[in-house]
Amino acid sequence: MKNIDLIKLPFNKQNPITVQVLGVCSCLAVTAQLKPAVVMSLSVIVVVMLSNLIVSLLRNTIPPRIRIIVQLVVVSTLVVLVDQVLKAFMYDVSKQLSVFVGLIITNCIVMGRLEAFAMVQKPWPSLLDGLGNGLGYSVILIALGFLRELFGSGTLWGYPVAEKLGLYSLGYENNGLMIMPPMALILTGLIIWWQRAKNKDLIEQ
Amino acid sequence: MDYVNIFIKSIFVDNMIFAFFLGMCSYLAVSKTVKTSAGLGIAVLFVLIITVPINYLLNKYFLADGALAWLSPSLANVDLSFLSLIMFIAVIAAIVQMVEMIVEKFSPALYNSLGIFLPLIAVNCAVMSGSLFMQERGYQNIGEATVFALGSGVGWFIAIVAIAAIREKLRYSHIPPALRGVGITFIITGLMGLAFMSFMGFKL
Repeated sequence: MKNIDLIKLPFNKQNPITVQVLGVCSCLAVTAQLKPAVVMSLSVIVVVMLSNLIVSLLRNTIPPRIRIIVQLVVVSTLVVLVDQVLKAFMYDVSKQLSVFVGLIITNCIVMGRLEAFAMVQKPWPSLLDGLGNGLGYSVILIALGFLRELFGSGTLWGYPVAEKLGLYSLGYENNGLMIMPPMALILTGLIIWWQRAKNKDLIEQ
Repeated sequence: MDYVNIFIKSIFVDNMIFAFFLGMCSYLAVSKTVKTSAGLGIAVLFVLIITVPINYLLNKYFLADGALAWLSPSLANVDLSFLSLIMFIAVIAAIVQMVEMIVEKFSPALYNSLGIFLPLIAVNCAVMSGSLFMQERGYQNIGEATVFALGSGVGWFIAIVAIAAIREKLRYSHIPPALRGVGITFIITGLMGLAFMSFMGFKL
């Protein structure tokens, strides 16, 4: 596989969320607003890239029987670093994300990429694979965050879009359902539907 | 908070799947038949009620701010809470490994039915988040933490068995081709989440 494919494929045919169905847990809960969604995406990109790189460098020295624990230690060290950085520089977002930063450890994308790719590939492709999958995850997260914040609260990144456009005086109402948890699932379902309708190879029998 | 309240609340109001989407990966991957999903549900429940109390003690006596004061008064200012993620996941991975060995030794029948799922549970978000929520919500004593773990596990079990039952029926319905499989499962889970939201504010 060419290196460019490692970055390109996760956007569409191998998207971690809509096709591989990995890492859904954290993706849905943090997308009620755009800002936490972006912060979460960046954290996941950093963790996936670095853990892929480290595990790939160590791959020949890790005994197969205890590889899960070794991988977990690498991942959780990185997540602790991300958590501390967020607490130090973006305390309010870190509070909003609450346990979900910690849950990057058990994010299936990270473990899935380590098992499927980093354990058998050289460091440079692994780094790119991590970047590609992180970006593929981020696309869905940011799309969800954008839609849910825009239609749910009428704001984007805290900026009152609907109010500035004067929509409320025309009788526009925010859709409260959008910021509730179940809507994240339904929106993801609709994104999957749209993607598969455009890309017939992905349809399940 | 009393035990019954925590129990009911963690099953229905704070359901791991419908309110927080935790453990979704295995929830979506394994929910094709009722039998296997019940097996996974029980395994998660089992691991939750073992790991949460252990992590509770770990948090209370080692990790929380000033928790080391019982060793010597000079350690009263030590705050090791930044280590909690690593400690929790290490405990979970170790317990899962141990549970796997014990079950294999004493109940081969159960081991065969759970076999493939047990190692996967170490990376199930629902288990890790059980410990993290326990830490964040600050339960008063180990009893409350255990009841919370039991409730969360039962809630997760109910959710996965329910979706598996629906998916078994779904095979006979006409779904647009592009929506088949994962797509419709997401939407149905969303609708079930809406139904579970009616428990909000529920108190005993």
